[in-house]
This record gives sequence, structure tokens and C-alpha cells, in this order.
Amino acid sequence: MSSVASSPPTPVAAPPQARRAGRAGRPSTFVAYRWELRKLIAQKRTYFGLGLGVALPVIFVIVQNVHTRHGGGDSIFAAQITQSGLATPVLMLLFESVFFLPLIASLVAGDIFAAEDNNGTLKTILTRSVDRGQVFVAKALAALTYAVIALYLASLVATVGGIASWGFNSIKTFSGSTVSASEGLLLVIAANACYLIPLAAVAFIALLLSTATRNSIAGVGGAIGIVILMDIVAGIPGLEAVKPYLLTEQFENWHGLLRTPTDWAPVTHSLWVCALYAVPSLVAGYLVFLRRDVAGG
Amino acid sequence: MSDAAPPSAADIDEPPVKARDLVKRYKEVLAVDHVDLNVQRGDVYGFLGPNGAGKTTTLRMALGLIVPTEGTVELFGRNPMRSGARALEGVAGFVEAPRFYPYLTGRKNLQLLAALDGGDAGERIEEVLEIVELAPRGKHKVGGYSHGMRQRLGIAAALLRRPRLLILDEPATGLDPAGMRDMRALIRRLADEGITVLLSSHQLPEVQELCDRVAIVDRGKVVYEGALADLRRQGGASYRLRSTDDTHALEVARAQPGVDSAGTDEHGVNFQADEEHVGALSLALASAGIGILALSPQLATLEDLFFRLTEQDGTDGSNAHERDQDGIANDVAGVLARGAGASR
Repeated sequence: MSSVASSPPTPVAAPPQARRAGRAGRPSTFVAYRWELRKLIAQKRTYFGLGLGVALPVIFVIVQNVHTRHGGGDSIFAAQITQSGLATPVLMLLFESVFFLPLIASLVAGDIFAAEDNNGTLKTILTRSVDRGQVFVAKALAALTYAVIALYLASLVATVGGIASWGFNSIKTFSGSTVSASEGLLLVIAANACYLIPLAAVAFIALLLSTATRNSIAGVGGAIGIVILMDIVAGIPGLEAVKPYLLTEQFENWHGLLRTPTDWAPVTHSLWVCALYAVPSLVAGYLVFLRRDVAGG
Repeated sequence: MSDAAPPSAADIDEPPVKARDLVKRYKEVLAVDHVDLNVQRGDVYGFLGPNGAGKTTTLRMALGLIVPTEGTVELFGRNPMRSGARALEGVAGFVEAPRFYPYLTGRKNLQLLAALDGGDAGERIEEVLEIVELAPRGKHKVGGYSHGMRQRLGIAAALLRRPRLLILDEPATGLDPAGMRDMRALIRRLADEGITVLLSSHQLPEVQELCDRVAIVDRGKVVYEGALADLRRQGGASYRLRSTDDTHALEVARAQPGVDSAGTDEHGVNFQADEEHVGALSLALASAGIGILALSPQLATLEDLFFRLTEQDGTDGSNAHERDQDGIANDVAGVLARGAGASR
């Protein structure tokens, strides 16, 4: 700025008339959401999570290709690995749904507020023309978008890898009935969509922890800790009555889609059970964010 | 006025900053203690105080970043706690160091903030980068910026909003002397364009050079608010005398009623008195056959006054907290009373 004092004066304040009129065109929540996505795209952390999601199916497909003996697993889909490439995304969803995908979703959701708090950038964006509520909604949508992308990217890699290795063939469902390859593909997409319900609940819990604790480790680790805790609770004898209401039990809600006829009961059950976790987390996170002090940075 | 009201000409009549009985308490710690602030349109308003005095907390409350325990603060008549972002229309600035996304370039950071500002802010990015002379570095990631560059980017981000009120918290901190000089020049220029500036600063020369009104805050309380010139005038009751016989003049001064703290140094005789007694002393000196070569009032510097108002008896923080708030009030009353006498 060495020449600031001597540079020709450029008006930096609004002319009085313009200032009197106030500024029109306050930004929409969509603008804030779009920038949340752009921030995610610019961060290495984002790709670490997505890389994890992609790595597992890639490793799985490679190992299965070099493995000489196939089949004989617990799942009907494990027995079909070499018969249909569509078995791979289903098996991957089985493996990743319990811990891996919740971890990936939490990596962003548990960090999205805490990181800005620690970096001091929360105060930067909250002194612009967007309300706190808009910022919260934008961040929640961005975290959810990331979870969707991570889930479908992992599934896409598994599907492409599976089809490339073992073909786009018909597949047997949990019921033992055979569905065509194209119907099988639709079922894979739909199964992922159903799994998104409990995954979103995990993401919203991470979001609440990130907002309330202002600590990324607490946000990410706390959400995963809750998932692990529920998994342990599900295994404790005598607590069978609680089991249907645990979030972790909803990770299998998509199994009903891969039965003939389609069993929608697990999906509808998971919808309201997950809502019991997701809605209070989201509302509490929103209220905490609206009322809390932004003192970091 | 109604917080929900759309921006109108009436807003212009509201003071840029009006804080009333503002309190922020963190459990047992009273960070801000019933602060009143009155920043008028066109002010370059200095907000002074030692570290931990509550300046930044007050500014954060003004910007709606933290919730006051008690009291209200309004910006152009709007309370950020009730009106949210609407209360910040026409307001820009930063508290503590300006913070940006280190993984984005300077220009991308401004694009993000302009998007969150709406309106025509996006069209001003190159202009404000030029103003703070960061245009050539706009394509580099902020993570690689020096402290001074981040301060300048903070100013650029504030200017995007075409502010009517600029709130700056220690804008020159960490800058080299040339950077400080340029920052002052920029602030002066912005003020000359009609922007009201609320400047929190440790840099007393900076405040003395830039500000016309000040609030001095100590341990959460405002111990002085008003025109800087008044403060200096009220605190500046000392005089310096050069005479044909300083030794004899000192004796006369010490014997003169209403003359206090008389002493000598290499420049002559110093004493404190109000104008009436200075007149009497000059007559007494003449009667004693002492010629007056020079007799001049010595205005206290802002630094003198600042330390008089905020200096503590204790040497550590615990003593500072334990100090009776009445003591501060008495100090202030003493300074102002002496000043009032002198200015009559």
C-alpha cells in the first residue's frame, strides 16, 4: 500500500444517495450453499474421504480378481461375485455401511463448523449479508451433498469394477429369485438411496457435535463413537427390545428392496426411526448455532 | 425504530453505533461492564484500552458475533441480535485479525465474500484489490500471505460492502512502519470520503493522529468517552516557564497560592495551575523583578492521559481484577476535575 496516500482518490464508500438507499439483492441460501461446495472442492480433506470410499471397492475388486477361489461366503451375493458384476456394489454396501461410510460422512459433517471456528473464518462470513440460519442450512446441505457423493461414488466404482471384471449379468436377490441386470442395477441405486436415510442421520449428529463442541475431533469422533456404541448395545443380550430403534440397525434398511416381493417395512421403519435421531440433531444444531457466541479467531 | 423495517432514509438519522448498558459476563469474569458508546456520523472514533479491557468483546457484540449478557447495541438503529444480517447493512470491518480461507486465493476469498454480500460487491473485487495493492497477489493462496497482506485483504473485504460504518480492530497490528503509515493514510482517506470509522487500537499515536472522538475502556468499563481534544485539554493543566532567574522563579511559584507541583528541569520551571492562578503568578514574578521569557501550557499527550486513566496499582492480572472499580472512577474524576479547573 505504499502509494495509497499518493494514489488518485478512488471512491471506496458508496455515494450518499446509494448508501441511503441501502443495498439491494441480499444473497440467497443457495448462494451460500454453492460456496460451501466450492470450499469443500478446494480442500484436500474432501478428497481424503472420497479416496477412502473409492479405495475399498478398488482393493476388493483387485483382490477378487487375483483370488483363485470365490464364493462360499455368508451372503448370497458373496457366492455370486464371479457370476454378476452387480454383486460387488451390493457386497460393498454391506461392508461399508456399518462403519466406513458413516466415517466418511462424519469427516465433513463433523468438521464443517468446527474447522471454521478454529480457523476464525466463521466470524468472517457471519459479518456479511447472510443470516446465521442461512449459513447453517448451507452447511447442512453441503455436508449432506458430500455424504451422497461419497456413497454413490463408492457404489459407482464398485459397480464399474464389478461389471468390468465379471460382467453385467442377472443377479439373485436375498430371496433367491433372479432379477435382470438392468433391474439389478436399479435395485443397487435404490438400495444406496435407502441407506442414505440412516447415513444422513449420522451426518446430522456429526453436524450437531461440530456446532456445539467447536472441535473437529469431537465432531467426527463423537458421531463415530455413537455408531460404535449403538453397535455394541445391539449385541448386548437382554436389550433386544431396543434393537429396532438403534440407528445402526437402520443401516440394513435397504435389504428389503433386494427381496421378492419387495419388503418396504424396513425402509418405512427406518424413515421414522432415523427421523428421531436426525430431526432433533438438526434442530438442536440450528438453535445452538443461532444463539452461540462466535468468539474464535 | 422497528428492526424489521426495510432500509430507509430514516436509518441515516440513526447513529452508526449506539451501545447502552452493554454487559458481557463469562461466569465470574465481567468482560464488559455496562458500556455506553455513542459513535456519531462522520466520527473517526478511537476505542482504546489495555489488553483484556473488553474492546474486542464489545466489537464482537456490536457485530452480532456474541450475545450480550445485558444491554443493547444498535448499528444505524438496528440491533444485530434481533435483525441479524440486516443490521450489518452498510457496516463492514473485522475483529482481531481478519481471517480467510487459506486454501483459497485472495481473489477467490473476495469472490466468496462478495457472493455473501450480494448486490454489486462482486464487481468491485479488482477495484478493492487495487486499492490495497494486492492485485498482483490476488491469484495466490491466502495461506502464503504475510500478516500485513492479510490485514490489507481484510480492508479490501470490508470495502467490498461500500460501508457507511467501518469497524476496525487493531488494523495496524503486526505491520511494519511503512505498512502502519499506509494503513493510517487509507483510514484517513476513507474517513474523508464520509465513512464513519470505529477504530480499536493500541497504537496511541495512531489514535491521536486519526481520531476525533475516543472511548477509553479499562477492565470492561468506559472510563472516558468524548472528544479527544477535550480530553487533552482537560488533562493538560501543566505549564512551562522560562525566566531570567529560574531558581528565584521556582521559589515565587512555590509560594504562590493555586500553583502545584512546581519543579525544574533542563527546560525551566514546570508547574500545574489553572489559568487564573497562572495570571496571578505572572504578576508575582514581575513584582519580584523576574522577567518572563516564555510561559506556555503543556497539553498532555494521549499517552499520558491513557496511562493516567488506565494505569493500575498492581503489577499482575490478579491485582488488576481485584482493583476497586470506584478507584478508576476517582482517577477519572481527579483528572477531569483538574482539567476543568485549568480550562476555566
